[in-house]
Amino acid sequence: MRVIGLKCRNCGKEYKTLPINICEECFGPLEVKYDYEEIKENISKEKIQKAEPTLWRYRDFLPVEDQNKIVDLKAGFTPLHKADNLAEVLGLKELYLKNDSVNTTFSFKDRVVSVAISKAIEFGFDTVACASTGNLANSVAAHAAKAKLNCYIFIPKNLSRGKIIPTLAYDPNLIAVDSNYDDVNRLCTEISSYYDWAFVNINLRPYYSEGSKTLGFEVVEQLGWEVPERYIAPVGSGSLLTKIHKGLKELEITGLIDEVNTKVTAAQSEGCSPVTTSFRTGEAIKPVKPNTIEQSLAIGNPADGFYAVKLIKETGGTAGTANDEEIIEGIKLLAKTEGIFTETAGGVVIGTLKNLVEAGEIDKDEKTVVYITGNGLKTQDVLVNRLTEPQVISPDLEEFNKLLKKEAVIW
Amino acid sequence: MVIVRLATPLRKFSGGKPEIKAEGSTVREIIDNIEAKSPGFADKILDDSDIKQFINIFHNNEDIRFQKGIDTEIKPDDVLSILPAVSGG
Repeated sequence: MRVIGLKCRNCGKEYKTLPINICEECFGPLEVKYDYEEIKENISKEKIQKAEPTLWRYRDFLPVEDQNKIVDLKAGFTPLHKADNLAEVLGLKELYLKNDSVNTTFSFKDRVVSVAISKAIEFGFDTVACASTGNLANSVAAHAAKAKLNCYIFIPKNLSRGKIIPTLAYDPNLIAVDSNYDDVNRLCTEISSYYDWAFVNINLRPYYSEGSKTLGFEVVEQLGWEVPERYIAPVGSGSLLTKIHKGLKELEITGLIDEVNTKVTAAQSEGCSPVTTSFRTGEAIKPVKPNTIEQSLAIGNPADGFYAVKLIKETGGTAGTANDEEIIEGIKLLAKTEGIFTETAGGVVIGTLKNLVEAGEIDKDEKTVVYITGNGLKTQDVLVNRLTEPQVISPDLEEFNKLLKKEAVIW
Repeated sequence: MVIVRLATPLRKFSGGKPEIKAEGSTVREIIDNIEAKSPGFADKILDDSDIKQFINIFHNNEDIRFQKGIDTEIKPDDVLSILPAVSGG
């Protein structure tokens, strides 16, 4: 068995492979423990490259043992773009964009959900659930529909319609809670101890979070089996940021790449930045009440915040923020330079990258990868009245010429 | 009496029950009173008189760190929830 069991990241106590996420001794987070020797014996670059271009080409590193239980909507192996136009604007030498906005339900959450729901089926659950800021809701609803599972999804009531409608299309039980995400999460944590459901980001969290490692694996493969010198990712709970790095380290442990020396960089919105604040002040994570247009990262009490700050420090990385104006400008800058339309979380990453470069905190010669984790079609509301409006004309050639202030060219 | 809801790993202090009733006018007093009946409880929750890193305590659904921490005043019929911090996202 590749999966040995679960292990507490805090105190090291070990557990069997069960649908649990908390250490009963210290309340620390449980993490999947693998037999890396067995993985090493069975893995090769050739084997990976021959497999289907989805996240499941890295199944040797994922915690689902029964391949027949995999719920695969073909997520993953999304494009890595060399972003020369954006690099030029920012003054960077070598910049890449990992574009997860084109995933099955248009965010990186398809990776973690595909793993979690497959594991839920392996455990024998008939009902899946989640607490979501939007993207997770879309993905859980889609995968539950495909797997014919009962589905309960909890979201903050004020979520943008661009995230509610794509969830409702899959016909889950959608419960809108009249409060913010942290309250939704607290409520779901309580519900999960009363109902025997698979909450993908609560009792299945150790398995769910492993899906994010594939964002690390893919970038390395797409860079020709080389690690980036730096990556920058949006931070809500901190899980994504830390699991990408875990993915890089697993490639090193199993001998597929040389030593990992990648600097990890966190991007948060200024109105919800507990991880960046902790990194900057050196103090423990302090929960905040989010006040930002960026909803998908609006987690005031980040579950993996402690580990995110630790990782940033250990790798010599940094953390920054973008304010609401910079988030919108970040969305626009990415669209007009690279042709990629991202949601507000992508605006946070681009805005933060720009701020950190201008502050001299990022070396301009580094090979840097930016993670774009969600699609702009979901958060169009923030751009209302922020873009150039269409120029309206009647269907008349003269009027168009007048608009261009030119005479018609006669061929 | 205050209702105290307990996360699953803490239910060994409540005979397996998901919630218990306890007396006290602050979070600290309530924890001390549960400790008196179920020794070892406070050690799971507190570290040098502050809440441990991976624990969240909610008073009527609000994190007590937004109130007065473990000195938050509690009225009879209020609800305290003691939950793990590591979930969601």
